[in-house]
Amino acid sequence: MARRSPEPLLWLLFSAGGMAAALLVPVLLFLFGIAFPLGWLSAPDHTHLLSVLRHPATKVILFGLCLLCLFHWAHRFRYTLYDGLRLKNLSLVISLFCYGGAVAGSVAAGVVLFRI
Amino acid sequence: MSRTPASRRPGPAGGSGPTPYRKPVPIFWWLRRRAYLVFVLRELSGVFIAWFVVFLLLMAGAIAEGSDAYEQFRDWSGQWSVVLLNVIALLFVLLHTLTWFGLAPRAMAVRLRGRRVRPGPIVATHYLLWALLTAAVAWLILKG
Repeated sequence: MARRSPEPLLWLLFSAGGMAAALLVPVLLFLFGIAFPLGWLSAPDHTHLLSVLRHPATKVILFGLCLLCLFHWAHRFRYTLYDGLRLKNLSLVISLFCYGGAVAGSVAAGVVLFRI
Repeated sequence: MSRTPASRRPGPAGGSGPTPYRKPVPIFWWLRRRAYLVFVLRELSGVFIAWFVVFLLLMAGAIAEGSDAYEQFRDWSGQWSVVLLNVIALLFVLLHTLTWFGLAPRAMAVRLRGRRVRPGPIVATHYLLWALLTAAVAWLILKG
């Protein structure tokens, strides 16, 4: 086959996503998902968060984080379904669902973040 | 090819022998050993990373909409079911972080002055970077 496999690119996105998620997701999830809701730390007010979100650097970083995380999920989930549940014969449907979901989620992230 | 009975198809090695018998693997093969279970749990961390993206975008959308929407988001995210989901998600994400950093020296071959850097310093660099970024993000969010 002369056609190049997309696998190296998908693996690169998976790998970059794994690194971004490992470095940035724990602190964000801990603060906004646990510490602020439970009152362990006082939650920042709306104006401060809005000004942080309006900064172009924040938008680009959060968009990159969302996109890479979603492609990381897509790659891992695809192989979890292949190996974990022995579904290799459904590979086309699974790939469409996983990478299609990652693309759709990235578009949604772009719409949400760049409209702020 | 489609008319050839399975037993006469060439095997994977390209020979003309019958297709080798493959022992079927049960669906729950990963419950048999602790190492397999940790492997599958680590793979499942991807689902919780995707959940985090959803959570983050719901929050960003609420902040963009205005202070009322942000307060509504805070009420929603303060429900015990959402907090519980986020606690479970954080445990999975931490499993991801620890295993990711642990595998880093095997995934990257860093060379310094012609010599391959040993695994210890590579792992330590990752933890240092994690600590710095965590502190920077917390500072940015909490200073307001």
